[in-house]
Amino acid sequence: MASNGIRDRVAIVGMGCTAFGEHWNRSLDDLLVEAAEAAFASAGVDRDRVDAYWLGTMGNLSGLTLSEPLKIQYKPVTHVENFCATGSEALRNACYAVACGAYDCVMAIGVEKLKDSGFSGLVVTPPPSDGTQPAMTAPAQFSFLAPAYFAKYGLDAATGKEVLSRIAYKNHANGAKNPKAQFRREVPLEQIRSSPLVADPLGIMDCSGVSDGSAAAIVVRAEDAYKYTDKPIFIKALSFIAGPAAGPLSQDYDFTTFPEVVASARDAYEQAGVKNPAEEISMAEVHDCFTPTELVLYEDLGFSERGGAWRDVLNGAFDLDGRLPVNPDGGLKSFGHPIGASGLRMMYEMWLQLRGEAGPRQIKNPKLGLTHNLGGAPGRCVSFVSVVGR
Amino acid sequence: MAGIVSFGTYIPFHRISRKTIGQTLGTGGGKGERSVAAYDEDTVTMAVEAARDCLRGRDASEIRALYFGTTEPPYFEKLNSATIHAALDLPAGVRCLDLTCSLRAGLGGLIGAYEAAVASGTGQALATMSDIRIGAPEGAAELAGGDAAAAFLLGNSGVIAEIEATYSETLEFLSTWRLAGERFSKAWEERFVLTQGWGPLLANAAKGLLSRAGVAPGDLAAVVVDAPSPRASAAFIAQAKLAPEQVADARLDVIGHTGTAHAGLLLAAALEKAKPGDRILVLSVSDGVDAVLLRATDAIASYRPERTVDQWLASKRADLSYARYLKWRGILQTEPPRRPDPERPAGPPSLRSHRWKYAFVSTQCEACGTFQLPPQTVCVQCGASHKMKEVAFADRKAVIKTFAVDRLAFTLQPPMVVAVIDYEGGGRVQSELTDVEPEKVKIGDPLEMTFRRLFTAGGIHNYFWKARPAR
Repeated sequence: MASNGIRDRVAIVGMGCTAFGEHWNRSLDDLLVEAAEAAFASAGVDRDRVDAYWLGTMGNLSGLTLSEPLKIQYKPVTHVENFCATGSEALRNACYAVACGAYDCVMAIGVEKLKDSGFSGLVVTPPPSDGTQPAMTAPAQFSFLAPAYFAKYGLDAATGKEVLSRIAYKNHANGAKNPKAQFRREVPLEQIRSSPLVADPLGIMDCSGVSDGSAAAIVVRAEDAYKYTDKPIFIKALSFIAGPAAGPLSQDYDFTTFPEVVASARDAYEQAGVKNPAEEISMAEVHDCFTPTELVLYEDLGFSERGGAWRDVLNGAFDLDGRLPVNPDGGLKSFGHPIGASGLRMMYEMWLQLRGEAGPRQIKNPKLGLTHNLGGAPGRCVSFVSVVGR
Repeated sequence: MAGIVSFGTYIPFHRISRKTIGQTLGTGGGKGERSVAAYDEDTVTMAVEAARDCLRGRDASEIRALYFGTTEPPYFEKLNSATIHAALDLPAGVRCLDLTCSLRAGLGGLIGAYEAAVASGTGQALATMSDIRIGAPEGAAELAGGDAAAAFLLGNSGVIAEIEATYSETLEFLSTWRLAGERFSKAWEERFVLTQGWGPLLANAAKGLLSRAGVAPGDLAAVVVDAPSPRASAAFIAQAKLAPEQVADARLDVIGHTGTAHAGLLLAAALEKAKPGDRILVLSVSDGVDAVLLRATDAIASYRPERTVDQWLASKRADLSYARYLKWRGILQTEPPRRPDPERPAGPPSLRSHRWKYAFVSTQCEACGTFQLPPQTVCVQCGASHKMKEVAFADRKAVIKTFAVDRLAFTLQPPMVVAVIDYEGGGRVQSELTDVEPEKVKIGDPLEMTFRRLFTAGGIHNYFWKARPAR
């Protein structure tokens, strides 16, 4: 298999991101217009300088979802969708379009308006079926990881819960420093530990925020980057993997890893020339949809040894001042998770950090950042990994 | 010689004590407990469970007819026995019929299946009987009823209990009735029913049947008296001068009267104890009477049912609250979760996958041997395409690999427990667990499959399989 990558051939030269949260008085259109206009302004371009658009959103059917509110003047708008990794998928395709020379300047934008449904949690309308799939909620699907991981590495229930709570605690502490985050306050460990159970051992405080929001990036070829900004960020690697969904079928899968993440990380590190991610990656935004997901991701992304992530969590390795800060912007947990926007929101934090614009959360002199975006469920998912740098 | 070839029974896991009901309502309640079909069971699923035990390890290719007797059919138009037929994975050439509107649908169905088997020459017929007895709160029927199922395979060879004679009589009179669309039955004053209906009917049947067969009451090893009221049975037993050891325990204290299933359940219990040559008389009275005289053959000495009635009785959870019971029966309306209603199952996909959905038949790769659920076209292990053969998983044992306790998902028995389960010998599936105590679930627990109604949505019952702790 050849995954040749587009290392240093594409740059992000402008980004915009709305605050994430409960935007009761703002529509999907409002959010798209705000994120797009912020990205235009950030790159110093107007709408008509952008040649083509990639829109990531869940079930909004077509490119008109973007062209209509923005009044885009007869240009291509591609609607992409890939579960919760939809925003990253929009960015990836936009990058390839400029890398191959088809366009000079493109936008990737993601959006979701989840709070209008009237239901709690994420609502997805499945296609007509034979009714044989268990009707599990997302937290329950990811909670499969917890007993499996605890049993494999000998964690008792209390230690396991402590590790998960510690991850949520860190992400809230980071989000408290972020003016755009959905939840902007630290949450005491005890409150996290004792939050009402939704899928044992996961409490409500182990779950990402259900929110509305939008984020956008302007992408150009690397050689043009400095025409737009003196601080572009460069794409080092983009990897997207869809697995065979072997987990629910095969007794080989043990629910303590995401093989799709392992594959996309290996691909991305090869593209970027990263040999030792635990040392070379300065910071990461990972898909912490639920706390056990983030725990397993540390190992799948090579930030921790197999079976060692829980110790690293307790030692503070991934805290903002730790050896490898993870989710410095608060992550899905605290920043919120408007599905189609999340992948681009992760990239927005890389944009700020690499440009030294992250304010109180600024990581000292970061060199390489990683974003990881996942969609689906353990054993049956898609995974995206990017590596970006200056 | 024709008669019963095998049998199976089913008593649901849950019981509610009559004291609990009485305490909630501020009424007497009474002693003992009744069996309760779980929120995800109906008369079809219970009939399937009984019939699975009845047919396990047997060749079903000679079955010509399947009868299903109940007073609570899940559908009023759409053949309920077709669902049972599908779940048992029987050959297409089986005549299926639902018998309903009377408690006589149970033993009457057994007689019908016997006649169908005889008429077929060498074939077999399956009689299933299953009921969920619902009564209005504060009434006697709610306390007295119970939920259960039984199934009998009737045939012309391999018979463990020969049917020597049958007897039926019909009487139009008002005893118990329920209008179409109504939830609860109404009953006429009992003295009238006992003296003018059930009493004479039972006496006529016993006398008529025994004289027809030339058998004296003293020759009977066991007498099963299935009457809607214990007073009717007691009066008959006294009048017929039966010895106490002849009379089969009606088990009303431990499960209640299980409607159309009751005669079959008690007959099964009697067969479990029968020795070669024993004669068993079964009487079932309601809008008339049906009676069957059986004689155990030599084959009964080596016959072992999959599970005995006493095993089912001992496997239980008896702490069901009355409020939860009322919720399960749809009598108590409760606030739904703030989640969308489940999607109704669609017709075309259900037909396409019907051996999977109803019979839990999946695939095994013929190239590498890997079992896969649900059915696959391309092998997850070796990538071979179109090399799958069908394999039945319904009777395979499994263990829990990992599990989730889902407190947000919609279920009438929260929390929903879903497990990744690995089958002995290979194969894995994600399955909802039922008859389970969430706080006790752990990795490695042994499980078996059970046919259930997952939910009803858009006016369609969604049947599929769940796993339960081995009973």
